[in-house]
Amino acid sequence: MALITARRGGRRGPRRFTARDLVVLGVLLGLPVLLDIAIVWGPTLASVILSFTSWDGVGAVKWVGTRNYTDLFTNYPPFWPAVRHNLMWLGVLGFVATPFGLLLAVLIDRGVRFSRFYQSTLYMPVVLSLAVVGFIAQLVFSRDQGALNALLGHTADPTDWLGDPDLNIWMILLAAAWRHTGYVMILYLAGLKAVDPSLKEAAAIDGASERQTFFRVVLPTLRPVNVIVGVITVIESLRAFDIVYAVNHGRNGLEVLSVLVTDNIIGEASRIGFGSAIAVVLLTVSLGFVITYLVQEIRGEKNR
Amino acid sequence: MTITHTVTPTAAQNKPVGAARRRVRPGRLGVHAFLMAVSLAFLAPLLLAVYASLRPYEETSRDGYFSLPKHLSFAYYKQAFSDSGMTKYFVNTLIIAVPGVVLVLFLAAFVAFAVSRLKLRGAMALLMLFTAGNLLPQQVIVTPLYVVFNRIPLPYGMSDSMTMFDSYWAVIVVQVGFQIGFCVFVLANFMRTLPQEILEAAIVDGAGVWTQYWRITLPLCRPALAALATLQFTWMYNDFLWALVFMSDGDKLPITSALNNLRGQFFTDYNLLAAGSVIVALPTLIVFLLLQRHFIAGLTLGSSKG
Repeated sequence: MALITARRGGRRGPRRFTARDLVVLGVLLGLPVLLDIAIVWGPTLASVILSFTSWDGVGAVKWVGTRNYTDLFTNYPPFWPAVRHNLMWLGVLGFVATPFGLLLAVLIDRGVRFSRFYQSTLYMPVVLSLAVVGFIAQLVFSRDQGALNALLGHTADPTDWLGDPDLNIWMILLAAAWRHTGYVMILYLAGLKAVDPSLKEAAAIDGASERQTFFRVVLPTLRPVNVIVGVITVIESLRAFDIVYAVNHGRNGLEVLSVLVTDNIIGEASRIGFGSAIAVVLLTVSLGFVITYLVQEIRGEKNR
Repeated sequence: MTITHTVTPTAAQNKPVGAARRRVRPGRLGVHAFLMAVSLAFLAPLLLAVYASLRPYEETSRDGYFSLPKHLSFAYYKQAFSDSGMTKYFVNTLIIAVPGVVLVLFLAAFVAFAVSRLKLRGAMALLMLFTAGNLLPQQVIVTPLYVVFNRIPLPYGMSDSMTMFDSYWAVIVVQVGFQIGFCVFVLANFMRTLPQEILEAAIVDGAGVWTQYWRITLPLCRPALAALATLQFTWMYNDFLWALVFMSDGDKLPITSALNNLRGQFFTDYNLLAAGSVIVALPTLIVFLLLQRHFIAGLTLGSSKG
């Protein structure tokens, strides 16, 4: 552990840490690092390796090269629909739920009365378990007794919102957006509260309209929040799992990548190598965004 | 709209704030109407679930969920409690979430302290390692952990399955390992906003690393720790993926998975399920409403740069 013995470039005298300090650092820093490697990074690496094998969990590990990937791309019917659903997820969260959350944050930030009430109500869905959200979706969208059909007066010829494979993904996306909007709203609200009010005043004195002030002055200062919201949106869209699983275990029009992984691994077939290949596809896409985010963070750190 | 900037301060001096504002900005009425409509739309599904849970199945199956009530009762709540063994599953959840929250905060706080306050070489890399770890998709780590946990033997006293798999240890360790990244990130950002002078004074007085951490920095982080504790509790309470993957014994499942026990094999009484959902959602809603201020702060600490 090189960093434990690190000193502050000698500026602070010959030795910064006593032997006791080093023990404290070694144990309390070593333990979490080991845990993080054992639980997160080690298994990630192992997944990448397993994705090149045809392991079924019991027999010998057999190397198959990139066969899992070619099978996945050419010979596994649920794969492309799942990719499409994940992309739709990203599109709806990114282009509908996120801007909507931002709009709500801006309105609440203008200091309206009852802002506390609005804030809590809009955030409430975020606190709920997705299992519960998935169930509530069934109450609203159910074919025969659901509230939506009753509201639309479709009782004679009811629409099966969750059963129709062309429709159901949109309904699930609506439920996912319901949760995401509140999350984004809170993040932006905090960001907006931290914006120096003198910036807005200066812009107003210079004759900027409210719209101009927001897009030219306020939004650029929110860059760190924008980056975080962007990363959360992408990651949430890729990770999407619970809500779909709670509704129908991710079948019949609701296939998403994470469910395919789980199905292959804990399903009866136990195709671990193949499941890992799907997981690696997910990983590659997320890592792209995570790295972009980290680069932004490091830049911010340097400007600090 | 720009006029309001000059008018508001004078008007606000001798009039109640709300009255002055409303007179000055007629556009506010529109904003209120909009926010109120959105809030109601957001609340509606929850209210529908509560409403459905209070009505007998015969009634809703005949008239649909969107109809006037004839009978209202709490009978389904009683049934949901007895049929699904809620208490047992609730205890299961606590067995996972309480040690999980305590451990993750304890471990993350020191890393955050070392990374943000001690100016170690490689601190930034360490912070990245943890932060990035929290952003990976869960499914990537599931398989190898599943395999490894099946091979780690535990004495009967620790796990009645004799392996790490199908024990609370597995779920707790994974929860802590996965969430630690987020906690480190938030706490490091918070600690950076604390004045460095306090630490320097302590160093001059000869305080070691442990004293700087435990006696000086941690007490100042109480608000951030409280926020994270509520947040993490909600997340661990709500999670069901880890338990689903690492547990096979139905009796050990947490409360979010217990909802499925209320589904019959051939027939599902959705009103009963609604009552179950409300019961499951209640603890997190109560925690949220009581600790709102902390809760929101916890999500935002990481985002706004001090």
